[in-house]
Amino acid sequence: MSDTSVQPFPTEESLGDDVLVRVDNLVKYFPVRGGGLIRRTVANVQAVDGVSLAIPRGKTLGLVGETGCGKSTLARCIAGLIPATSGKVYFEGKDITNLPRRAMQPYRREIQMIFQDPYGSLNPRRRVGAIIGEPYAIHKTATGAERKKAVQDLMARVGLNPEHFNRFPAEFSGGQRQRIGVARALALRPKLIICDEPVSALDVSIQAQVLNLLADLQADFGLSYLFIAHDLEVVRHVSDKVTVMYLGRIAETGPGNSIYDHSRHPYTAALLSAAPAADPDSAAARQRIILTGDVPSPIHPPSGCRFHPRCPKAQELCSQEEPALEPRAGDPASHLTACHFPVEAGEILARAGRRESR
Amino acid sequence: MSITELEFQAKAVESAPEQAIEGRSQWNLTWRRLRADRVAVGSVGVILLVITFAIIAPLIASLTGHGVDQAFPATGLDVNGSPVAPGTHGFIIGTDDIGRDLLVRIAYGAQISLFVGIVTTAMATAAGVSIGLMAGYFGGVVDAVLARVIDAALAFPFIVLALALAAVFHPSLNIVIGVITFFSWAGISRIVRGQTLSLKEKEYIEAARSLGAGPWRIMFIDILPNLLGPVLVLATLYIPTAVTFEATLSFLGIGIPEPAPSWGNILGEAQSYYQIAWWYVVFPAAALLITTLAFNLLGDGIRDAMDPRTERIFAGSAAARKGRRRRGAAAAAEPAVSQGS
Repeated sequence: MSDTSVQPFPTEESLGDDVLVRVDNLVKYFPVRGGGLIRRTVANVQAVDGVSLAIPRGKTLGLVGETGCGKSTLARCIAGLIPATSGKVYFEGKDITNLPRRAMQPYRREIQMIFQDPYGSLNPRRRVGAIIGEPYAIHKTATGAERKKAVQDLMARVGLNPEHFNRFPAEFSGGQRQRIGVARALALRPKLIICDEPVSALDVSIQAQVLNLLADLQADFGLSYLFIAHDLEVVRHVSDKVTVMYLGRIAETGPGNSIYDHSRHPYTAALLSAAPAADPDSAAARQRIILTGDVPSPIHPPSGCRFHPRCPKAQELCSQEEPALEPRAGDPASHLTACHFPVEAGEILARAGRRESR
Repeated sequence: MSITELEFQAKAVESAPEQAIEGRSQWNLTWRRLRADRVAVGSVGVILLVITFAIIAPLIASLTGHGVDQAFPATGLDVNGSPVAPGTHGFIIGTDDIGRDLLVRIAYGAQISLFVGIVTTAMATAAGVSIGLMAGYFGGVVDAVLARVIDAALAFPFIVLALALAAVFHPSLNIVIGVITFFSWAGISRIVRGQTLSLKEKEYIEAARSLGAGPWRIMFIDILPNLLGPVLVLATLYIPTAVTFEATLSFLGIGIPEPAPSWGNILGEAQSYYQIAWWYVVFPAAALLITTLAFNLLGDGIRDAMDPRTERIFAGSAAARKGRRRRGAAAAAEPAVSQGS
């Protein structure tokens, strides 16, 4: 992605106490059922296993991790789309965990989602005007000419031609479709928008446009974002705060700059080293940390630290005791790492990557 | 490459802009393809003729001067008491066993047949779509129960039920409609359920849920429009099935009771006379055949028109042929041109 085209987000080292959404020890297991007539639960996929985080008001929390680490599941639990197994989600201090549909309705207006697939997330048989106007129809906030005007205003706001409200999604490009998704999420003026990999399906040149649009909208409407991605550069640009997940747990969390400049968790360091750099000089200079092995099965996660089978720094302790998520190596209280042997400044992990050399 | 090929390509380029600009809905495209399908258009013509025939049944009766239930023993039967042949004494296609005008009875029979066909299909489609949507969308216990009900309805021996009902109640139009509907909805349900199961996993359904849409809104506003294509095709194909079903029941004497005419009960009575009065069998049977064939061909045409991949295999559309030739020529010309320039 081209760095210069993305507007920098305001960053603030101290995020303060103004928390919009707080997630407390959230757990989501998907039961694995055996065959046969009586389908007993034989195992659980531990998609999210005890995650706590806070989404600051008016800011962006970036959520990073490999495919299958539970970030989308976490987002769907927060949005109330799937019930949590245990744990709590608080919106502005009110418990919204597993609310029945009607009780959830007022919070639906406050929490909206933008989806990854700009093709799959728009109903192919409905006109764009109906898709963007759907939130008004569901929440009965505007009808007739009023709704049409609101829809056209939204279309203009997200950079679509308002004259196109009568078209079908198939007549738009991927980037335009994602703008339709943004307009739909924006319709009810929510406080939080959960962006589930909103740009990963888009062309790189289009990614920047959509990211800029999201930044503009945040400034205009005071939105908070939970921004999920696996592209670390994208997250770096948009996020005030970054949380790194691995296999259903948080590996490291903290202010964006702090995470990127002083990553403590070997997993974060490996992720960062894997991101392609736009500057060829710096790309040549840095060391790539190659992780060995695959992500373990979330049905039987490793003991102790879940990252230990792949960690270049793993020691005996790592497989026995789960590390607490706490400030390490003299970090400020806002930067938490779940690692017994955090990465120190200047340490080169790439060499330690060979486990025989230990 | 020849000059003609280049000319073809030039024409294709010239005519391209006027075609491409206007945005078309899926229905719009389907309609355009359907209009280019001669068989489907012909079927619509035949269906409209049959409908007209049914509507003007009273007019035919008054023009011929023969009422639907009116027997003419003096003119409508010959000296042996047998039906008279077509063209005798003003009976255009002859008479039946008690001297009634066959043409008038077939026209009134068309009313009953089409009414039964359309009403039962509408009811079966409404029930089938609702039940299929519920089974597919809710899943779990709801699906388990509804899917078993669907299986049971499909497994039921329909003649046995029809006979039992006719034995308990007096045969009537309502019972015919009830029986046919009961045996038609399950097939539609099963297909709708399967489609719903796959559609409900789409991301736009999750988007609708995240907006706060309830289950009924999602089923009927988000999922149903995506199902309308297959349902429309099914419904078009169920109409002739229902018409035949009605004829079968009436033929067996458990359908539309005499003296009301239906194609089935006319055929039922005709079975003892076909050796001496061919017209008694041939005309009602032809009416039944033409109607069911037209609906079936129309259903096939709609199915083809719905499917974008069938665009090129239209038999006999001049426009499609021209377009095909042009596309072929353009494709053949393209590499040659790029080499030449």
